[in-house]
Amino acid sequence: MSQTFHRSANTLARASILGMVLLLSAVGSALFKLQRSPYVTGQHIAPDQPVPFSHQHHVAGLGLDCRYCHTSVEQSSFAGIPPTKTCMNCHAQIWTNAALLEPVRNSFRTGESLQWTRVHDLPDFVYFNHSIHLNKGVGCESCHGRVDEMPLMYLENTLQMEWCLSCHREPEKFLRPRKEVFSMTYQQPSPEHAVEVGGTKYFSQEKLGAALKDMYHLRTMRDITSCSTCHR
Amino acid sequence: MALLGLAVVCVLSAAGCRQDMQDQPKFIPLRSNDFYADHRSARDPLPGTVPWTKTPLNEDVYFFSGKRGNAFGNDLPANIKFDRALLARGQDRYNIYCTPCHSVVGDGNGMIVQRGYRRPPSLHDPRLRNAPLGYFFDVMSNGLGAMPDYASQIKPEDRWAITAYIRALQLSQNARESDMAAQDKATPGPSDIRMPDTSATPQKPGAPATMPQGGKQ
Repeated sequence: MSQTFHRSANTLARASILGMVLLLSAVGSALFKLQRSPYVTGQHIAPDQPVPFSHQHHVAGLGLDCRYCHTSVEQSSFAGIPPTKTCMNCHAQIWTNAALLEPVRNSFRTGESLQWTRVHDLPDFVYFNHSIHLNKGVGCESCHGRVDEMPLMYLENTLQMEWCLSCHREPEKFLRPRKEVFSMTYQQPSPEHAVEVGGTKYFSQEKLGAALKDMYHLRTMRDITSCSTCHR
Repeated sequence: MALLGLAVVCVLSAAGCRQDMQDQPKFIPLRSNDFYADHRSARDPLPGTVPWTKTPLNEDVYFFSGKRGNAFGNDLPANIKFDRALLARGQDRYNIYCTPCHSVVGDGNGMIVQRGYRRPPSLHDPRLRNAPLGYFFDVMSNGLGAMPDYASQIKPEDRWAITAYIRALQLSQNARESDMAAQDKATPGPSDIRMPDTSATPQKPGAPATMPQGGKQ
């Protein structure tokens, strides 16, 4: 009676052990990449909007402050999407016949809301508050990127938890003076470029961050990386 | 085949088939909502609701209107303390909400005006230099002519801060050297009142050369 398996099956069996390990790690790393890819996060993809609103034009071109439209960003968890009336503050007289703006005029006439597609949409199980970030010296740009260079709004960062934690673990690397929070062109201090706070000049982010952390009473790393800080 | 099946299961479980925690049935600011016919989670007050900013619920008529009876007052309400912080706050808010049209110096040559909006009068016109403070508060609250109201964008206390700053701007644009204290003549400009960050945006071609600069930035 011949043997069920030929001798070469021994080699195949050994090879298949290695093959399985390789396959699993390939699948694992593919999933790891997929979960962080723009396909899942929407990063760097500008979704269609009812009106192709350009932050670049309104911020860099016209010099409007973020807070002209996002009025509640300093006191509220929610930065505020402006009501149609804010658009009409200017567009009642500017570009009044532009076809692109017809949805805005229609919204103003009828009272129907413009249905924007939310770009920065955190999962509902995350508590996020804009005002505390601004008041502790986190700039708009730190999370939203160079909005003044975005003709259409897109996600600059993944907004995934590991990204949140990358700052919550060491906020001193990102803090800036409160008066620079709304700036899109702020430069971190360097040996050639000083940043002045309260009469002191800082030449490195390490020193500035440590000083601001103290000055703005940041909670400890343990506190701000605690689960219930963001999942409450 | 089994491996392929395993991979599919892995992909599906990683992508998450259920998003119940992600999309909870609760009100998130401005999110549409199927509970109401108009799909708005932000609701209007019920008919007949008395705004607390109006009498009789709030006694401080002047704070919310800038008027005593039918006449504009020319002072700040009792609960607004006049100090340097108020002017700094006023400047900050003015630079956010007013400069698009009125410009940083108040001459009415802001960027939106340069793009075709009807030009507002200069804040340094004799008529406006002599206007009472309550008048500016009223215009910000209710709008006037081409100017829309800013009641929903600027809180009343900030409108008063802007009012105070407009008066300071008017004084500064028409100041004489004799108006200044001796020590200020050497180092003009309060160091803690900041000019707006113009480096982020190209300098407006129409900005006048008389822009006041702080002595120490």
